[in-house]
Amino acid sequence: MRIFFDPEVLAAAWPGIRSGIGVTLGLALTSIAAGVALGLLLATVRALIRGAPLRPVGGLIAAYADVFRAMPPLVLLVVLYFAAPFAGIELSGFMAAFVALGLVLGASAEEIFWAGITSVNRGQWEAALSTGLSRGEAFRRVVLPQAVRLTIPPLTNRAIATGKNTALASVVAVPEVLNQAASVQAQTASPAPLLLAAGVYVALFLPLVRIGRWLETRFHIR
Amino acid sequence: MSEFFQTFLNPGVMAESSGLLLRGLWVTVQACLIVIPGGLFFGAGLALAQTLAPAWGARSLSWGVDLIRAFPPLVLLVLIVHGLPFLRIEPPPLLGVGIALTINTSTYYGEILRAGILSIEPTQWEAARSTGLGTAATLRHVILPQGVRNVLPDLAGNTLEAVKLTSLASVVALPDLLRMARVAQGVHFNPSPLILAAVLYLALLWPLVRLIRRMGGRAVLPA
Repeated sequence: MRIFFDPEVLAAAWPGIRSGIGVTLGLALTSIAAGVALGLLLATVRALIRGAPLRPVGGLIAAYADVFRAMPPLVLLVVLYFAAPFAGIELSGFMAAFVALGLVLGASAEEIFWAGITSVNRGQWEAALSTGLSRGEAFRRVVLPQAVRLTIPPLTNRAIATGKNTALASVVAVPEVLNQAASVQAQTASPAPLLLAAGVYVALFLPLVRIGRWLETRFHIR
Repeated sequence: MSEFFQTFLNPGVMAESSGLLLRGLWVTVQACLIVIPGGLFFGAGLALAQTLAPAWGARSLSWGVDLIRAFPPLVLLVLIVHGLPFLRIEPPPLLGVGIALTINTSTYYGEILRAGILSIEPTQWEAARSTGLGTAATLRHVILPQGVRNVLPDLAGNTLEAVKLTSLASVVALPDLLRMARVAQGVHFNPSPLILAAVLYLALLWPLVRLIRRMGGRAVLPA
């Protein structure tokens, strides 16, 4: 049992893992912000476009959501990091992970916002337009606030999933928690650093998972 | 443009690496054949245990489920595949990956099935019991058939996630589709095998996404 909690190895692993926590959090927060913003933007565009020349845009947005729902995030990350340089696009590991996680979350977020928007009764649009609001105003002041309430539990869950997926960045040498633990593990041939990293992830994400569960019951979706 | 094709969709490289990729695809399929039935089986066990256990039991189970969910799947995978050998347990790589991903995905299947069971009105229980059916028979003949039907889109959605999850196996050197694509890329110093692998994943999963849409499913899966 000692080998799993070797104090010397743990002490050697801690500084790296501690700095990894910063990288994990930084990557998580930036990709979540970018993904949610992207999803909201696309769903808004999809809700507001009208008229024949723009029709295909809605289809394109839906296709984007489908493709990035079908694509494993790790495959996307590997393509961005290992294939894009052949096209002269050199992304750092952090940037590649940020783009991959942002695109994947953006697709889910678009779908979640779109589902929220379409669940708002058509009568709300009509009533808002009849009071003299423009389409944009009706969307922003009447439809979106009602839609957003429905999106909070699923969006929270996708955001947490994105935070956990930052561990994928270890594959492209981003020095986040898992990567730091794995490199000390390789030097010391001890499982202790991995267990320490696992403890860090539990401390970071268990409260969030509990909050996600609470939101789901509280908003009573399903 | 032709330079672009030569780099990213090089027919020669793709033809030469197709054998490797197909072998990788077969490993991915095998991983799915462990993880999906395994996840459904243990998920069903979890859902039934949470339904039938007294309140404190269900509460502790929900904490256990959340504890597993707090691990990024890749961390759980690395921990099990690289940690078990220190306990002198050395499962074959495919089984190690299967165990880790089954643990992860069964918590999601479990929650979905439990939501399905909870979606059935208590009066259904009462009516079934009053006809003389026992608890097990009520679950089997009355609750589960209706409950599972209510959550079919979510079950399909989680199956999609489970298939995507198997790509993580490449990180612990299981020769799955993604791993083989990386190997082929290294051999030819050309990214075409990666692009081909990505296209294969899409070809495999796009129909499933469309099917889920048709069932009325959304990306509301828990984290």
